[in-house]
Amino acid sequence: MITKRIIPCLDVRNGRVVKGVNFEGVRDVADPVEMARMYNAAGADELVFYDITASYEGRALFTDILTRVAAEIFIPLTVGGGINTLEDFDRVLKCGADKVSVNSGALKDPGLIPAAAARYGSQCVVLSADVKRVEGQFRVFARGGREDTGRDALEWIVQCVENGAGEICLNSIDTDGVRGGFDLEMLDAVAARVSVPIIASGGAGKKEDFLELFRHRGIDAGLAAGIFHQKQLSIRDLKEYLAKNGVEMRL
Amino acid sequence: MIAVIDYGVGNLFSLRSSLRRLGLDAAVTADPARIRAADRIILPGVGAFGDAMDKLRAAGLVPVLRQEAAQKPLLGICLGMQLLFDRSFEYGEHPGLGLVPGQVCPLAPDLTDPSLKVPQIGWNALHILRDDPLFRYIREGEHVYYVHSYYAKDCASSTLAVSEYSIPVTGVVRAGRVYGAQFHPEKSGDTGLRILRAFAEL
Repeated sequence: MITKRIIPCLDVRNGRVVKGVNFEGVRDVADPVEMARMYNAAGADELVFYDITASYEGRALFTDILTRVAAEIFIPLTVGGGINTLEDFDRVLKCGADKVSVNSGALKDPGLIPAAAARYGSQCVVLSADVKRVEGQFRVFARGGREDTGRDALEWIVQCVENGAGEICLNSIDTDGVRGGFDLEMLDAVAARVSVPIIASGGAGKKEDFLELFRHRGIDAGLAAGIFHQKQLSIRDLKEYLAKNGVEMRL
Repeated sequence: MIAVIDYGVGNLFSLRSSLRRLGLDAAVTADPARIRAADRIILPGVGAFGDAMDKLRAAGLVPVLRQEAAQKPLLGICLGMQLLFDRSFEYGEHPGLGLVPGQVCPLAPDLTDPSLKVPQIGWNALHILRDDPLFRYIREGEHVYYVHSYYAKDCASSTLAVSEYSIPVTGVVRAGRVYGAQFHPEKSGDTGLRILRAFAEL
């Protein structure tokens, strides 16, 4: 059967991984290429790279890094950050990305997801949504979670899937960084409404959090950054633990 | 030399990198002369079946592939594998290359577990039904990476390996020297590289 996926996320700014601290056995703890190699060897099922650079120079550095990673790591790579146009899709796909994640770009231009799905196929288009509870409603936030768009998140996600998004990466702002577990209530609400794969993001603190996550129907993957980067949790140990507890894993 | 057929369908970056990593001499080409001169052929592809066949036809590659498939090993990957069959029912009915008997049908109506998602995206264990030199470097049950909404059926006599997705989904087929893999060996980590290496040694 198909496995659940464990995905480390690398936020890259000016060619360096942010939060890349406290890593044993890795020479340069913030070098994205070195980290990608290490995660590949540790059994990561996929890698997500977010470009959080603002400058043109930083962007060029990012695509260079992506090319170097894609040339030597043969697992799926998803790239996000600063994807606003089809040209941005083209730029990262040519560097070896397999999937492209859009967030604020889709909010600014509602035509982006349908156009990208038509050109590259839905399997290539990931909607990344930053969601937070506001007045009892799940709201979509833009600009890296800083701006409340006032939009209902569930409606937004359903609309994006209808428009051709082939996968959802749901980031809960409420649980992000707290390490108290994934936002299961929010994830369940999304899983009840869409039938494309869902990647859960935000809140992972320990291996039990992933086990609980995968006991919820309709969740396909768990994504985390800090707990992997800081080696609080090793991907290998996590996957062995999950497999032992009956979760289908690629070991 | 391996000719990787370039007909404007999909991203060849990873496939080229995989072959380079294995130290294999590969040329990404649509030139019939180079395809005829190659030792073996890889037919990649991502996207829609009808569109891909149109592009192969427009590039004049359909007769070339049919002739060369009898002469040397050929590996179709993902959509490239589906193109090997007689026909596909992806958005209408389209004839394929007819190199492997069988047809390509939508996955969703055939799944017996309706909670499973389509496309199937992710890692699934490859179960070997019939041993073959292509599996020389892999074991039973290794995981490979799939992304697809259609699958090959009515091809039991050619099926070498399957993955379970509430039904056995055709993973690898073979007819003579023609092979097809529904999954992406170039995205299947070390397992995929070992499959490509075995193909290069056929």
